[in-house]
Amino acid sequence: MTAGDLLIWTRGPGLALALGILIFGVLLRLFEIYSLGRKSDLAPARETSPGSGWRTVFTRSLPPPGMTRRAPMTYFGGYVFHIGLAVTVFLSIPHIELLRGLLGISWPGLPTPAVDAAAMVTMIALLAVLASRLSNPVKRLLSTFQDYFVWLLTLLPLLSGYLAYHHMLLEYTLMLSLHILSAELLIALLPFTKLFHAISAFVSRWYTGQMSARKGVAV
Amino acid sequence: MSATLERGIHAFKEVLDAPIASFFSSCVHCGLCAEACLFYTETGDPQYTPIYKLEPLRRVWQQEYTALGRLKKLIGLAKAVTDEELAAWEPLVYDSCTMCGRCTMVCPVGNDITYMIRKMREGMAVSGHAPEGLVTATTRAITSGSPAGVKWVTVQAQIKRMEKQFGLPIPVDVEGAHYLVLMSSWEILNYPEYLGAVGRIFKQAGRSWTLASDAYEATNSGIQIGVADLAKVLVGRIVTAAERLKVKCVISPECGHAYMAIRWDGANLMGRAFTFEVKHILEVLDDLRREGKLKLKGSIDVPLTYHDPCQISRRGGVYEQPRTLLRELAPNFREMKDTGVMNWCCGGGGGVGANERAEGLKITVFKRKKAQIEETGVKTMVTACANCRVTMEEAMEHYHMDVEMLGITELVADHLVEDEAS
Repeated sequence: MTAGDLLIWTRGPGLALALGILIFGVLLRLFEIYSLGRKSDLAPARETSPGSGWRTVFTRSLPPPGMTRRAPMTYFGGYVFHIGLAVTVFLSIPHIELLRGLLGISWPGLPTPAVDAAAMVTMIALLAVLASRLSNPVKRLLSTFQDYFVWLLTLLPLLSGYLAYHHMLLEYTLMLSLHILSAELLIALLPFTKLFHAISAFVSRWYTGQMSARKGVAV
Repeated sequence: MSATLERGIHAFKEVLDAPIASFFSSCVHCGLCAEACLFYTETGDPQYTPIYKLEPLRRVWQQEYTALGRLKKLIGLAKAVTDEELAAWEPLVYDSCTMCGRCTMVCPVGNDITYMIRKMREGMAVSGHAPEGLVTATTRAITSGSPAGVKWVTVQAQIKRMEKQFGLPIPVDVEGAHYLVLMSSWEILNYPEYLGAVGRIFKQAGRSWTLASDAYEATNSGIQIGVADLAKVLVGRIVTAAERLKVKCVISPECGHAYMAIRWDGANLMGRAFTFEVKHILEVLDDLRREGKLKLKGSIDVPLTYHDPCQISRRGGVYEQPRTLLRELAPNFREMKDTGVMNWCCGGGGGVGANERAEGLKITVFKRKKAQIEETGVKTMVTACANCRVTMEEAMEHYHMDVEMLGITELVADHLVEDEAS
């Protein structure tokens, strides 16, 4: 198999496979959650409440008062990483072109140097959050193999994309193929790792927001 | 697998629901919950990280309710939950968690960790991994009517004292009264003035009320320990009395967890909606104020602050009412830095106060509250939970702090315009 063959495979069957696993996995995981159900609350809710499930879905993206001071690295690293990743994934013109081909929808992208910088910043943020995971006693206690594995899984598409764009390390076609392959690996494993928080966080935020709102508390 | 462990695992499986499955699915191991927990901030010990306290429950969820976890279990790659592990987790689930809910406020993926701890205790208790102090308190509550062993005769003695002190009758078992007033053991033993205060307030407001000789205790050790069946027995006593006396409203006393037990958990434990309302005394005071039936005079001029009991404010939704009253009565009322729904716990709720083994830890983590009080510079602190009050009075004694504590109901009663009483 040549680099060209690999590129053809990743852009065709590979992508279809990854997206298929993603859709199946997300549906399976959501079924696993919702099929457990929950008992209806027989205590009468407050008539008016400042909170709601949807409110919490949005407000939980912001740090609660005083918390950034207690955990500056977690918040700073977390924000830079998530925003940087979103910019790199969704505002890179080749990515938008790919989505246009798949779904027929598109939006304006950023100039390539800007995305390039975002990718670099995101990788630096990834290194910083890894350092924090290794040095912070709480995070180290909580961390399992998966935390480090998922970290690598997230870094690889960023790194290979960066190297491909700059024609570094490997021949371009091969590096591009590896970039797509690593992104496909990330997509396929998303539902079965902690990356699933990208979907389930909206479910958990909603539940907590809704349960608190019944009591008259916006959380 | 031992029979008790089997019961514990079974209970874990029973309590796991869609919200918990979404919570475990969402955790990214960021560790922020630790920064919101006074057991971690005051000790620096990572084992007190809230989400870590749920590890056995998480594994049961994973192994029983996820396809991947089941597969791992099938091929022998899953680590089973053992008795030894649950024994090791007992101090994490009981001694170092007051179910204050502060971690729930900060989790970026929105996990209600407190909700999970409450559920996890169901499995811990039936597998024989609940602290002795809580087991004793629960047994006493079932057999004698109160976790502290306070019998009706003790209440009667306090009723007589209060009637003499305030010169007003304290009604008992009066059918058709508007309110059924409950108390916590702490109030009966340490702060019976609450009863006198309630009597004076209702006299002025012209509202009928009663105590019930078969349901005077509001606290619920069944919930603290995590045995829903026993919690139901304890709530059931109140429900039976309220329905027998045909009251319109049951008043939860100045006790946070009692409010949670009756107002929010009660109907769910009974499996049916109540025929009466449940309100915290603070809500009742606020109702009376809005109806113009609470006429107050004078003020308390010393600088003071208000300690939000977690189950009343953060977990119960009653945080504006005490402030409205205090703004009226105390011109020098000052807020603590983290306040309202973000307040720090006293350290003695959720069964920690009844657990002798946790005594030292409880005193250690009080340092958070101590710092909060010292920041405000006040020498007077008002609260609305007798358990918070006892916890803080003891801890302040330990730290030689010169801060006076007041119950808000007494404070209101002391400022009533008594001559306008009906």
